[in-house]
Amino acid sequence: MTTGTLTLPVSETKPEKSSYKGKVHPDWCPGCGDFSVLAALQKALFELELQPHQVLTVSGIGCSSNLPGFINTYGMHTLHGRSLAVASGAALANHELKVVVTGGDGDGFGIGGNHFMHTMRRNLDLTYLVMDNQIYGLTTGQTSPTSPVGMKTKSTPHGNVENPINPIPLALVGGATYVARGYSGKQKHLVEMIKGAINHKGFAFVDIFSPCVTYNKNNTYKWFAPRIKILEEEDHDTTDFYGAMEKGYQWGEEIPIGLFWKNDKLASLDQLEPVLEEGGPLAYRDPRVSKEQSDKLISELL
Amino acid sequence: MRTADFAIGIGGAAGQGIATPGNILAHIFARRGLHINAYNAYQSLIRGGHTFLTIRASDGPVYSMGDRLDLLIPLNQDTMDRHLKLLGPGASVLYDGESIEVGDAEKGVQVASLPMKELSQGNKLAANTVAIAAAVYKLGIEFEALENALAQIFARKGDEVVAKNVEIASNGYQYAAENFKPFSFKAPRGEKPLAVWTGNEATAMGGIAAGVKFYAAYPMSPATGVLMYMAKHARELGIMVRQVEDEIGVMNMIIGAAHTGVRAMTATSGGGLALMTEAIGMSGMFETPIVCVNVQRGGPATGLPTKTEQGDLWMMLGAGQGDFPRLIVAPSDHIDMFRTMPELFNLTDKYQCPGLVLSELIIGEGTVSVDPAEIDFDVDIERGETIFPNGDSENPYGGYGDSTYLRYRNTSSGISPRAVPGVPGHLFVASTDEHDEDGTLISDVDTDPKKRRMMVEKRARKMMNVLADIAAPTLEGPEDAEVTLVGWGSTRGVILEAMEQLAEGGITANQLHIKWLVPFHAEAVTEILEGSKKVIIVELNYSGQFARYLRSETGFTADGFVRKYDGEPFMPHHIAEAVKEQLTGKESLSVPVHEISV
Ligand SMILES: Cc1ncc(C[n+]2csc(CCOP(=O)(O)OP(=O)(O)O)c2C)c(N)n1
Ligand code: SF4
Ligand SMILES: [Mg+2]
Repeated sequence: MTTGTLTLPVSETKPEKSSYKGKVHPDWCPGCGDFSVLAALQKALFELELQPHQVLTVSGIGCSSNLPGFINTYGMHTLHGRSLAVASGAALANHELKVVVTGGDGDGFGIGGNHFMHTMRRNLDLTYLVMDNQIYGLTTGQTSPTSPVGMKTKSTPHGNVENPINPIPLALVGGATYVARGYSGKQKHLVEMIKGAINHKGFAFVDIFSPCVTYNKNNTYKWFAPRIKILEEEDHDTTDFYGAMEKGYQWGEEIPIGLFWKNDKLASLDQLEPVLEEGGPLAYRDPRVSKEQSDKLISELL
Repeated sequence: MRTADFAIGIGGAAGQGIATPGNILAHIFARRGLHINAYNAYQSLIRGGHTFLTIRASDGPVYSMGDRLDLLIPLNQDTMDRHLKLLGPGASVLYDGESIEVGDAEKGVQVASLPMKELSQGNKLAANTVAIAAAVYKLGIEFEALENALAQIFARKGDEVVAKNVEIASNGYQYAAENFKPFSFKAPRGEKPLAVWTGNEATAMGGIAAGVKFYAAYPMSPATGVLMYMAKHARELGIMVRQVEDEIGVMNMIIGAAHTGVRAMTATSGGGLALMTEAIGMSGMFETPIVCVNVQRGGPATGLPTKTEQGDLWMMLGAGQGDFPRLIVAPSDHIDMFRTMPELFNLTDKYQCPGLVLSELIIGEGTVSVDPAEIDFDVDIERGETIFPNGDSENPYGGYGDSTYLRYRNTSSGISPRAVPGVPGHLFVASTDEHDEDGTLISDVDTDPKKRRMMVEKRARKMMNVLADIAAPTLEGPEDAEVTLVGWGSTRGVILEAMEQLAEGGITANQLHIKWLVPFHAEAVTEILEGSKKVIIVELNYSGQFARYLRSETGFTADGFVRKYDGEPFMPHHIAEAVKEQLTGKESLSVPVHEISV
């Protein structure tokens, strides 16, 4: 490695729309909501002029978590529930990368719940997109932490009796500094939510209704269509925490999507970490300690 | 050679401050150039219970707590009651005669009672200083040495505290001079002042020398010392140190970091390692190198948080589902730990696999002396075939825009050049699902037996030549000895001392110490053991984990076994006596009893 500060190279040429097209065509079921999320993410990256090598897409395991294989960026398709922990390490070790985390409701709120809580509280500079289909898709249709009460799934054949998690209030309380909801059926709106999330310095969470057309017969496009209300079309103040809470809990005849809450006053973890102040990404730095530094360590033992 | 070799035991309840007198003595001895080995037996309590610190010192190397005590300093009645019986003729007990009753000491033990209240001027905390001063007198050490040590250790508390302690120490020293006999031996002087460190410090420093720039952990005894050292030095050295929500998060986080190109590391104990196992497999599948240290404590489950054991070998061998290459090494002591870390990091970078280190509480929390000149930070750092963004034709592993790039290229060595994120033109997805050479999944829709076989073999092939990079174990001691003692990890030193004792009794013994568990030098080991007269395996667990591993790798079954699983380390005589017992041919399994009740 060379001496001097090494930073992430960015070329002059602007990416094209097709730059983000992956090698592999998604193997999702026809009609799966995740197609729209993938398209929205590709569009957002294009509009933000981010070059594919500047972006690291990290996922867990699930239908939705297959996304990194379908987009042309650096990618990590990790373990079930662990995407945020892996992404945190990557984002801190190379804070010049744009790290986008994608996954499902089971991945993020079930098995990965502990990492979700702590990544929010740390306000890591990550974009977290959850394709929330209220079901475990990849394992062929079991109940998920967001499945509604009464829903029949393969693991709740007599109807789910447990209360679901509501991810929006959870994220608000958890300390996420950008909290939004999108819907696969409103792709243009979703692109804006994702762009806002990527541009946000801090932990940005977008819960996306992304219907599983194969295993969730309750929360279908038909079910969502009449209920979805876009927050940006009404008078919602994204700096009003309690207003955001109230909107977050709204469910039933009307379900709001859009940006609930944005807090620009809190520094993100990389900004708070003096080790990253200068010298470029840790990943590219010379790993050696100086003679002066090692002499000091030894003298402390005397 | 050792002209004098003595041990001091200081005991009290947790919270009674035995750490400070321990530090003062360690400081004085190391300054004098004496080798020391200190072991603190304690429980998982913040107050109460019983804590017993043994410091052994000599002008020659000392590898264990030794076999006997020359001086006992009981800070409470409990310590007196438990340990007085350990003292033999010539030994001595120093105690506060006003608050502690002495029991039945063996003949020839000097019972030295101190009027503590008067000497410490009623200052309870300073009572320890009085006892240390008396000890220093009895060892024939000049008062200035104690004065210097007090000045250094209490420096943070200000001049007044230092002056007060020196005054009280002087009272104790004078009282001892007027009332007690010095020992028949005198603390000798070594060649030059030595430094003092714990194994956890040595582990952290080894990581720092290796170029670790990312350290994450979750507190767990006895590995927490590594986290504390890293956290303390993080800013001055530019190391990212994170305390994570759990060990699952830790392992996943360091893999995320390592994937971008930093050297990343963690240390934990068995319970934490258990939580990390799935992710260790991810390191294997991504072919992303990380290093994880397991400072073993007694198991299973919460087990013995503050006691030592070698019980996690099989867990380390099997950590993570499936078959994938890994490296496992068990350094024998502090300096070996320090030197092994850079070596292991280089190998994990070269072979792109997880590197696991078996440490033990007795190493991690044990305090020993070290010649500062031995701590050499100027080590080779070899990053293997890693592609950083600063490539040119001179530097093939810093590359741009290679349109033919395949992250998991099926090479003849099995090693595929690894691009780190941010390098233009090398995009790939690392996947825990089985994947093709370019990273695309072959696990679900297109499961392809031929490709699966190719990828399994590609990863496995990386280990074909790794043995050549690792020193084979060799015999220490006389070649044609009557008995060969085989051990791994922390037992190397105590076995050497047992060999000395056996030699004094006319029995020749040698040692085959095993440091690298994976890869394993099966051929070299078999050859040595087949040439040995009698092979006895010494280890700190119940089921003979290493004995079973040796059999699985070589088919070799030893003649005898010495095992201990009471939470305490071996003392040299435990091993020497077991060998004698087994040489009679009557026993093939010895389980020594630990005589010190802690
Ligand atoms: C440790 C572990 N447990 C269980 C599984 C099996 N598993 C794979 S995906 C999944 C659930 C996926 O649900 P979700 O995250 O909502 O994703 P979706 O498929 O609905 O997009 C489960 C349980 C696994 N891969 N790893
Ligand atoms: S099972 Fe459901 S979530 Fe999975 S691909 Fe099919 S529709 Fe999408
Ligand atoms: Mg789901």
